[in-house]
Amino acid sequence: MILFLIGLASGIISGMGMGGGTILIPGLIFLANIPQHLAQSVNLSVFFPTSIVALWIHTKNKHVRYKLALKIIIAGVVGAFIGSWIAVSMSTRTLGRLFGFFILAMGIYELFRKTKTDK
Amino acid sequence: MEIGKGDNIRDRSMMLKAVIIGITAGLCNGLFGSGGGIIVVPAMIHLLKVEEHDAHATAIAVILPLSLVSVLVYSKHNYFDWNTVWKVCIGGVIGSGIGAWLLPRIPVKFLSKIFAIFMILAGLRMII
Repeated sequence: MILFLIGLASGIISGMGMGGGTILIPGLIFLANIPQHLAQSVNLSVFFPTSIVALWIHTKNKHVRYKLALKIIIAGVVGAFIGSWIAVSMSTRTLGRLFGFFILAMGIYELFRKTKTDK
Repeated sequence: MEIGKGDNIRDRSMMLKAVIIGITAGLCNGLFGSGGGIIVVPAMIHLLKVEEHDAHATAIAVILPLSLVSVLVYSKHNYFDWNTVWKVCIGGVIGSGIGAWLLPRIPVKFLSKIFAIFMILAGLRMII
């Protein structure tokens, strides 16, 4: 049940256009005692169902620039391999700390970012 | 649209930018299991001058294959648990519907600052 609720909360947040993963991962770690690597893998997996639906809708509305996407993906796949490989080679503690720095930076960025509603 | 040398140079710089964006987003998404979108969306808007709505839509098309690659690497090292994934997934799907519905009805700016503070606190707790 707690897993469902954490998913629900992060879903609501990402549905509102704020990074769901940066909330879901700490939620899983602090509230459900899920280890760092697994929490990250859950976040990556949870992305699929909602984003496939979203992508389908965006494609129908002709908002997806596939040619550009393909260029980014080709380099991105290489980056994804390297990044994941580094992550799985790290200890839970080290990766957790690194992730801490990451969401700290994201939090500071979000705090000072100018949103569309500022206009 | 102009054709010729200028166009060629612009194409090449576009390609270089696309490669840099891709590598960075892939690295980040793989290393932290999140955050690809946080890089891809603003990078496309500011570096590639993609219109905001298109940038959000295109980012999803980019992150999907990157996440797939990362999940495969994670699961190869036994960091994958169906039992957790499906429970969080069901909540996530319902939640994103609620979030999209709530979006025009709530003060998003205020909320995003609250989340930012949560992220900062969670980050500090994980570092210490």
